[in-house]
Amino acid sequence: MGETKYTEDHEYIRIEGDVVVVGISDYAQSQLGDVVFVELPKAGKKLAKGEEAAVVESVKAASEVYAPVSGEVLEVNAALEAQPGTINEDPEGTGWFIKLKLSDASELSGLMSEADYKTYLASIH
Amino acid sequence: MLNRQGRPTTPGTSVTAAHLTFTGNKALAQIEPLIFETGRLDVTGVDYAAPKPFTSRLGGMERKNEIGLPGLSEPEAMRHYVRLSQKNYGIDTGLFPLGSCTMKHNPRLNEKIARMPGFGDVHPLQPVSTVQGALEVMHTLSHWLMELTGMDAVALSPKAGAHGELCGMMAIKAAIAAKGESAMRNVVLVPDSAHGTNPATAALIHFVVKAVPVRDDGTVDPKVVAELAGPDTAAIMLTNPNTCGLFERDVLAIADAIHAAGGYFYADGANFNAIVGKTRPGDLGVDAMHINLHKTFSTPHGGGGPGAGPVVLSERLAPFAPVPFVRHTDEGFELVEDSAQATQHGAQAFGRMTAFHGQMGMYVRALAYMLSHGADGLRQASEDAVLNANYIRAGLADLMSLPFGNRPCMHEVLFDDAWLKDAGVTTLDFAKAMIDEGYHPMTVYFPLVVHGAMLIEPTESESRASLDLFIATLRDLAFSVQRGETERFTGAPYHAPVKRMDETRAARSPVLKYAPPAPIAEAAE
Repeated sequence: MGETKYTEDHEYIRIEGDVVVVGISDYAQSQLGDVVFVELPKAGKKLAKGEEAAVVESVKAASEVYAPVSGEVLEVNAALEAQPGTINEDPEGTGWFIKLKLSDASELSGLMSEADYKTYLASIH
Repeated sequence: MLNRQGRPTTPGTSVTAAHLTFTGNKALAQIEPLIFETGRLDVTGVDYAAPKPFTSRLGGMERKNEIGLPGLSEPEAMRHYVRLSQKNYGIDTGLFPLGSCTMKHNPRLNEKIARMPGFGDVHPLQPVSTVQGALEVMHTLSHWLMELTGMDAVALSPKAGAHGELCGMMAIKAAIAAKGESAMRNVVLVPDSAHGTNPATAALIHFVVKAVPVRDDGTVDPKVVAELAGPDTAAIMLTNPNTCGLFERDVLAIADAIHAAGGYFYADGANFNAIVGKTRPGDLGVDAMHINLHKTFSTPHGGGGPGAGPVVLSERLAPFAPVPFVRHTDEGFELVEDSAQATQHGAQAFGRMTAFHGQMGMYVRALAYMLSHGADGLRQASEDAVLNANYIRAGLADLMSLPFGNRPCMHEVLFDDAWLKDAGVTTLDFAKAMIDEGYHPMTVYFPLVVHGAMLIEPTESESRASLDLFIATLRDLAFSVQRGETERFTGAPYHAPVKRMDETRAARSPVLKYAPPAPIAEAAE
């Protein structure tokens, strides 16, 4: 399994060559509470870094999921639409949202490593 | 104590309520099944003559099965709804601290006036000559709203706050179009602390929403607004006082920054009830603001009556106000009904928001509230609303946590859940325990900028005794948290007619339609 990086908005990406898997971190799912609805983009959509990629709605709130890097949507995890609870159970595994074909590898350097993200989480509490 | 018949006169001495009743009812707390379970398909409460034979022209589309509606007699139907209404909690039954919603008392005088036949029985298609009194109410209400807000025009017709937002933003869009800037001005700035309807409204009419981060003290920084504003800025949508219950102190600088960039200042007037008579949005640089008559001006919420969200507009936006509007002429009051007619009066109405003229019954109630309070009374209502919220803040600040420090709030006080950390009790649990104590909970988990938010708005109509009991109740609950009595919270409510809901399952697999139970096969005798 490839390296995982995080954003300040609590998205993660797992780097698998020039493809990245995008989802929300375990911390994000714990803060949202039970997820009840997910809206995913269509495969083929081109996303710019920071653009809204998906919408996730929990019993507490609705939030946007932003593209951590620019790229084209190769695949979406359509199973989430029927089973949004997967995001709570396994956010960084089977609860992934989309797979992106990376368009600019240099954008990866602006993201946090797992260790940095843990430090960041500690700092916001 | 026993009376002369030897019966106890104080509760709980010898008779306990532990025994179950035969009916399942608990005295006045009656069990109420669904109306489908009460009614029977083979019974009807109405006595219609059978239809005469006729030839169907539905071409085979006729319903073939039973419609499945329950049959009840009039007393059965009436009892069903009256019993349900008795389980309801409203401002008429107790303190309703739902922050951001302004659940204030609806004076009975408003209701009396609204029921007068000249107001209650008017029809929107009546000749204008027969509704001069109703038109005068609309005209006078418009005058009061413009006077209280310091604005130049008002559109009365929007039917609720979010509808008013849409109206105000459409006026802004029309003004931008009139300047030929539609292609470049398409960004609306919305602070993180805004009502969710603000970005939704902007997006609905194809503006691009850009979020403005909130400072550590819960307010908007004009420097950040100035950095984000530019030639693409259509407007900012700002709530003041904001949803953290704080007055945006830098509102003038924010207005200047937006105006300097050529944009417009939309104010969400949901919290206008905190500042009526104290300051005027027009003096703060606002270009458009909706006013929730059902908040600030005491008309009923929800089931008690429809909302009403008139929009006031600045001089720059006044020409674009939608039709209809009332004009006072030498011959009396007239309704300007279409855009062409509005043009004759120098206006460029962008269209209309409603088929008719808006919520007439709410106009009457709002004006009755204004006239019965007077200018000084309206100011005092604002002051008392702020005083009451601060009284609650002062009464709870030592036990519950304030995200922006213990400083004065406006008409509502915002707590977060830092004080519940590691207690095994969440904001939701705490709110549910309030139901057991006979209170409607405060607003929870909103605004989103605060963790585990609890937003309390007592309104001005609560007495000091009522506030003292509320504070004492929340203090008792807070002490219970400190003592580790988590069961009181995690399973609450214990005493409500319906126990804790499974909100997740309700959202993931909602049951939206009644399904009769499968028929039970006839058992052999």
